[in-house]
Amino acid sequence: MTIDLTKTYDVLVVGGGNAALCAAITAAEAGAGVLMLETAPCHSRGGNSRHTRNLRCRHDAPTDVLTDAYEEAEYWDDLMRVTGGETDETLARMTLHQSADCPAWMHRHGVRFQPALGGTLQLGRTNAFFLGGGKALVNAYFRAAEALGVEVLYDADVTALAIKNGTFSSATVSHGGATHQVRARALVAAAGGYESNIPWLKEHWGDAADNFIIRGTPYNQGVVLRDLLDNQVMAVGDPTQCHAVAIDGRAPKFDGGIVTRVDCVSFGIVVNTEARRFYDEGEDFWPKRYAIWGRLLAAQPDQIGHVIIDSKTVGIFMPPVFPPVKADSIGELAGALGLDVAQLEATVSDFNAACQDGNFDPTALDDCHTEGLEPVKSHWARRLDTPPYYAYSLRPGITFTYLGVKIDAAAQMIMADGSTSKNMFAAGEIMAGNVLGKGYLAGIGMTIGTVFGRIAGKEAAANVLK
Amino acid sequence: MSSNKQISESLAEAGRMMTICNACRYCEGHCAVFPAMELRLDFAAADLKYLANLCHNCGSCFHHCQYAPPHEFNVNLPKALAEVRAETYKSYAWPGFLAGLFERNGLIAGILTAVSLALVMVLTFALVDPAVLSAAHTGDGAFYAIIPHGVMAYGFGGVSLYVALALLMGFRNFWVEMRELDPAPSGVAAFGRALLDVLTMQNLAGGGDGCTYPGETPSHARRWFHQLTFYGFSLCFAATSVATVYHYAFGWPAPYAWTSLPVLLGTVGGVGLLIGPVGLLWLRHRATVETPETADPPRFGMDASFIVLLFLTSLTGLLLLALRETPAMGLLLAIHLGVVLGLFVTLPYGKFVHAIYRLAALIRNAAEAAR
Repeated sequence: MTIDLTKTYDVLVVGGGNAALCAAITAAEAGAGVLMLETAPCHSRGGNSRHTRNLRCRHDAPTDVLTDAYEEAEYWDDLMRVTGGETDETLARMTLHQSADCPAWMHRHGVRFQPALGGTLQLGRTNAFFLGGGKALVNAYFRAAEALGVEVLYDADVTALAIKNGTFSSATVSHGGATHQVRARALVAAAGGYESNIPWLKEHWGDAADNFIIRGTPYNQGVVLRDLLDNQVMAVGDPTQCHAVAIDGRAPKFDGGIVTRVDCVSFGIVVNTEARRFYDEGEDFWPKRYAIWGRLLAAQPDQIGHVIIDSKTVGIFMPPVFPPVKADSIGELAGALGLDVAQLEATVSDFNAACQDGNFDPTALDDCHTEGLEPVKSHWARRLDTPPYYAYSLRPGITFTYLGVKIDAAAQMIMADGSTSKNMFAAGEIMAGNVLGKGYLAGIGMTIGTVFGRIAGKEAAANVLK
Repeated sequence: MSSNKQISESLAEAGRMMTICNACRYCEGHCAVFPAMELRLDFAAADLKYLANLCHNCGSCFHHCQYAPPHEFNVNLPKALAEVRAETYKSYAWPGFLAGLFERNGLIAGILTAVSLALVMVLTFALVDPAVLSAAHTGDGAFYAIIPHGVMAYGFGGVSLYVALALLMGFRNFWVEMRELDPAPSGVAAFGRALLDVLTMQNLAGGGDGCTYPGETPSHARRWFHQLTFYGFSLCFAATSVATVYHYAFGWPAPYAWTSLPVLLGTVGGVGLLIGPVGLLWLRHRATVETPETADPPRFGMDASFIVLLFLTSLTGLLLLALRETPAMGLLLAIHLGVVLGLFVTLPYGKFVHAIYRLAALIRNAAEAAR
């Protein structure tokens, strides 16, 4: 397909992930001429969506892809619990309500789901799992979009937006060594957050951000987000926060995705570079705690932690992608990790002495805990006494950022003075902060992207075709 | 020794990827390989050989992989397992010194077929009176005026016995290694489940819309063409079996009427065995062009030669059927038997063996999944 960058499009979609695709498809179905500008090359298209796996979805009865029921009230409670109420209630309730018809819409556009799962993360009740994962979803949506006549340009960097009085007129696009001024009657910004932009992260995190690993796409540089904010679009979400989890320190700097997680923290102890523990590893189930560990690690010297387990724990957690450091004694392990031998031995022996006998049960908040130890380990505290010993080194892995643009129920951007922009819409991570002021709920990112992608596409098309 | 070293490299690469896949598991809905992988924490050589033969090379896990090249993890499981699979074909071949036939297999299959064809043709021309060869024959035993029944029966019977033995020994070699992996016996239920997998080709459904073969868009095309080929082949085999029973049990010699069971089975099967292989070869070609990453280009010759032989077997058989009452019958019979001989002698040393090892892997899979 040859793309004519000199013509004026109805709708310009900036981005190439789930939200951008939902917007492009919906706008094209409404009859709009759509151009998508994806900054990544074709092989890496899809933003962070290609690392996703499921979507959190309201349902009142079991479906072919979801077990039991997950009603709006419970979904709302879960959202309140993780955000602490930092959400726009109108937009949040819309998201939860409209999540129910997402799977059918997705299926119509080529996405397939796995049959309801029993095991994985116990999410089969609340989350619908994409067959083949997020990249399969992205591939299906690109096929659907192209079948609808959406024009897609890869390797297309949007470097600036022409915005005057809340009205978008064109985007400056760098592509194939040339610069183009691409005009459109409406803009859908679905270009993600800025978590891959280390200098920006350093504005709030300082030099510690140099040691952060970015779990997703390297293309989320936040260029579009910054440009919108500079053009007086109202900001939403905490600019000092990002979603950070504990991941294997050997992960690639970008795009390591799901496999870099290390799921044995709650079954072992975690020490810092001074060979000292610093937080309750067994406070709660790992899926409910992994997100705070990113921040905990970020506060440690060199942003490193080492999780240590013994051979009793092998096989009861998801296999990590990198092999552990292995040793026959704690002292030898300390040497291999570059830690002070005497201090690690002291930390382990203090921990072992504090462990109370109990009935170890990885599936429950069991009664294996420490007494007289600071910090305490509340559950799954078992003595490290059965060699060989294993260690994984951990670093903060950044998933996404919270800062975004303020929108209304039509996904239309709100300007800093409180007025509504004329023809600018947003969907996906770039506006997720409206719903998710802090914290995270597995699969809700894809829900927000799907719900607001469809709204943005529909409203953008209506805006230009009226 | 070089081949041993190659095996270890292929296995090491497949093992490296399986470790990544086992930490990801996004593909678990696509086929049996991933649930089988999830039962394991590490991957010994026998595990990888088993998983490699469980893989139907549909490509879905490659197209849907967040770690596919150019990602630094460089995950391309279909390719890695194809390499391991190719090594297993060699290492389980019987007798072992014929393992080399899997190298440049397309050429070797072509030569073996040409030799078989030439052998039958030369013997026919040398031993059959030209007047008899070029005459029309009808009625009971018409074929045997050209090639005596005893020559046909004992010649092909002998070759069939050898082929069956070679395939059985290959199966045994694979099975022995898998028993080391898991000594628990596989019951009748596992065999039934595996047979159902073969009959439905569920593993080529991709978990839904079909597999990404030959390109990125899911499709059931390969499943359909494979089914036409498989059922066509099976019906032709059934036709021959029924005819054998007719001959020996009832004393009814060929040729049989158009409405007879052997001819009906052979005709329907033969049509399947024309369409199926054409489709498979077309898809195999397109896959090699569109997705060379997963299409296993080094084995194109092996796959194509087997597909072409199946097609020629059916084509010559149907031509023989159509022209059996004309003077062309003698020549066509010799050609058909030559092609069939070529097909038979290459069965244990070509693409056909995938059926043997896949069945074995599916039985193992059904057994371990049931536990």
